[in-house]
Amino acid sequence: MKRTIPLLIVIILGFLFVAYVFIPHKVSADFYDWYMKWIKVIGPFAVVLGVGSLIMVHTSKIKRKAPNWGYSMVTIVALVITTLTGFIWGIQEGTPFMWIFKNFNVPMGATMFSLLAFYIASAAYKAFRARSVEATVLLIAAIIVMLGRVSIGQAITHWIPDATEWILNVPNLAAKRGIGLGVGLGMTATSLKIILGIERSYLGGGK
Amino acid sequence: MTEIIGIWIAAFLTLCMFSFLYKDNPFYKFAEHLFVGCSMGYAIPLTWYNAFIPYAYNPLFLKKEYILIIPFIIGMMYWLRFSGKFSWVSRYPIAFSMGIVGMGVPMSMHANVLVQMRSMMLPLNNINTILIFIGTVSILCYFFFSKAHTGAYGKFTSIGIWFMMVGFGASFGYTVMARISLLIGRIEFLLEEWLHLL
Repeated sequence: MKRTIPLLIVIILGFLFVAYVFIPHKVSADFYDWYMKWIKVIGPFAVVLGVGSLIMVHTSKIKRKAPNWGYSMVTIVALVITTLTGFIWGIQEGTPFMWIFKNFNVPMGATMFSLLAFYIASAAYKAFRARSVEATVLLIAAIIVMLGRVSIGQAITHWIPDATEWILNVPNLAAKRGIGLGVGLGMTATSLKIILGIERSYLGGGK
Repeated sequence: MTEIIGIWIAAFLTLCMFSFLYKDNPFYKFAEHLFVGCSMGYAIPLTWYNAFIPYAYNPLFLKKEYILIIPFIIGMMYWLRFSGKFSWVSRYPIAFSMGIVGMGVPMSMHANVLVQMRSMMLPLNNINTILIFIGTVSILCYFFFSKAHTGAYGKFTSIGIWFMMVGFGASFGYTVMARISLLIGRIEFLLEEWLHLL
């Protein structure tokens, strides 16, 4: 009841989906439509899990007056205000909800990712020091690709953009394809392990 | 007026985020926590209006498709994850969602393996297709650990490392360019929209 039935659901649905791919029939198409309709109803309920666990973590910090509990208050207040603006005024362009998104979420998100430009430079210094032939190859490829994608590369010599195109279309393609084939085989093996009931970690711990 | 207030808030939050370059500080922590709250707060109404209302509420309550009560109940089973005694019930919606993994067996085999192999099996009539073929095969051999990487086989697999290094270098270059363009965007915002210096 606690583990066996969920496992059976995965196994049965898993094999039905394998059959769906191989059997182009109205019955299998109807099965797919039925599943998609139901999963679209089930999916939104999972958001409550994420929100609930965020609220639980931060309210417990506030209750315990844990170190830096004031920041947890910021998170909760921001969550409540953003959610309420969405429910009260809607989510269309020009509403307070979108104003918050444009002036809070977008600048903070973009700045947080742009910070990586600084850290990636220091990481590159550590990783790219040409200590071996392989590291030198990586360093040269990265420099050529970076130069080939900006106008200064073209200004130095037209050879750099051409080399960039060649790197991306030949050795990079071979690398992506080789790794992709391994990933594909890995995905197939993992999917098989799940539908055969060998991989069960998604059911979580406990009895 | 609201636009000007918005620009000042965005500029303040941008500077709060950049302050992390000096060291972890209260301004950064404030912005970080605000970001988490706003992002989650953004996701809730979006899910409500774009997923729950059109796919769950409207069909069930307006179109009277009462069969959807079953997935409705299955969805609510997720919430029992928070209950200590009945948390196992949440495995049912998880299991239902995991069923689609079955489609991954033939689909990933097709998209990631068969299509890629077909693209690789071109006539070897120019240097580039020969290089791509050798690169792909040598990388696959490199990841085949059932045979020791020694002798001629070891030398062949080391060609795979070279190809991968070029690939990683190209990916790294692209990532750097993407981050730098984001950084330029933020600097442009501060200098142009906020300070009107450009």
